Amino acid sequence: MNTMTKMTLKKEGDTHIVVTRRFNAPPEAVYRAHTDPKLVQKWMLGPEGWTMPVCMNEARPGGKIRYEWSNGKGGGFYLTGEFLELVPYSKIVHVERMHLPEPTPDNHVETRFEPDGAGTLMTMRMTLPDAQTRAAMLATGMEHGMEASYVRLEGLL
Amino acid sequence: MSHFRFSQERNALSNSPLTISDCLYKLLLMSTASRLDNSFAALADPTRRAILSRLALGEATVNELAQPFDMTQPAISQHLKVLEQAGLVVQRIDGTKRPRRLSRDGIEAMDQWLAMLKNALETNYERLDQVLAAMDSNPKGKKK
Repeated sequence: MNTMTKMTLKKEGDTHIVVTRRFNAPPEAVYRAHTDPKLVQKWMLGPEGWTMPVCMNEARPGGKIRYEWSNGKGGGFYLTGEFLELVPYSKIVHVERMHLPEPTPDNHVETRFEPDGAGTLMTMRMTLPDAQTRAAMLATGMEHGMEASYVRLEGLL
Repeated sequence: MSHFRFSQERNALSNSPLTISDCLYKLLLMSTASRLDNSFAALADPTRRAILSRLALGEATVNELAQPFDMTQPAISQHLKVLEQAGLVVQRIDGTKRPRRLSRDGIEAMDQWLAMLKNALETNYERLDQVLAAMDSNPKGKKK
C-alpha cells in the first residue's frame, strides 16, 4: 500500500544488525506502541493462534520486560529484559534474552525514532554477541510470525 | 502405511505451530551456527570485505588480489585463509595457480539467516502498522 514503509536489514561488522523501517505515524505513537504493554501485545505476536498472555513492560531505566507467548495448546516461551535508557519518543535502549527455556545470551538493542515527514523513521541496532543468540533469534523469529506469513493481518485487530 | 504417516505429519503441522519439525529445525540451526559465526567474524575486516567484493566480479589469483590492496602476498593469503575457513571462499587448482572464487554455499547460508530474521521482523511490523492506524483513528485521550 505504501512503498515508504519498506524495511531494510543490514549487517554491521560481525555482531551487529541494523534494521530500519518507516511508519505512517508520528514518533510519539510509534514509541508508545513499543512501550505500552497493551499495544505491544497487539503486534509483537506469533503466528496465527499465538497470543501474548503476559506482557510486562516497565518503561523506565532499570524497568523490567517480560513477554510470554503461548499457542494455547501448552506450547510457549518467554523473553525477559531490562530497560537501560529511555528518551521519550526518540530512543529506547534495552537488553533482552529469550528463554527457550534455557536463556540465550543478552541481546543489546537500541531503537531510535526520528520524525520523517508526517511519519517516523525507526532505526533498531541489535548487538548479537554470538552465533547461538542468532540461531535462537532465528528460531524465535519463526515463532514470531514467519509461518503467519503476510495473510489475515486485519484479523489481528 | 507411508500414506498414513504423511497425513499424520500434515495434521501435526497444521494444528500446532510449535511441532517436532520446528524442534528439529532449531537443532539444525544450532549446528550450522558455529559456521555462520565464522562467516560473520570473517566479514568484520574491511580488507576481507574488499577481497569478497573483488571476487564477486570473478575468480582471481592471490597476485591479482594483492595488487589493489598494497599488501604483501602472505598478508593476502592470511586473509584468504580466514575467508576459506569461514566457508566464504574456495580455491581451484589450475596448474601452478590457485585461483579463488566465492563459495556459493557459505554466502547463501548467511544470507538465509538474515532473510529469515528480516521476514520475522517484517511480519511484526506489518501488524504494528495496523496498530498505529487504529491508534490514529482512536486517539484515546492523547493530544492531537
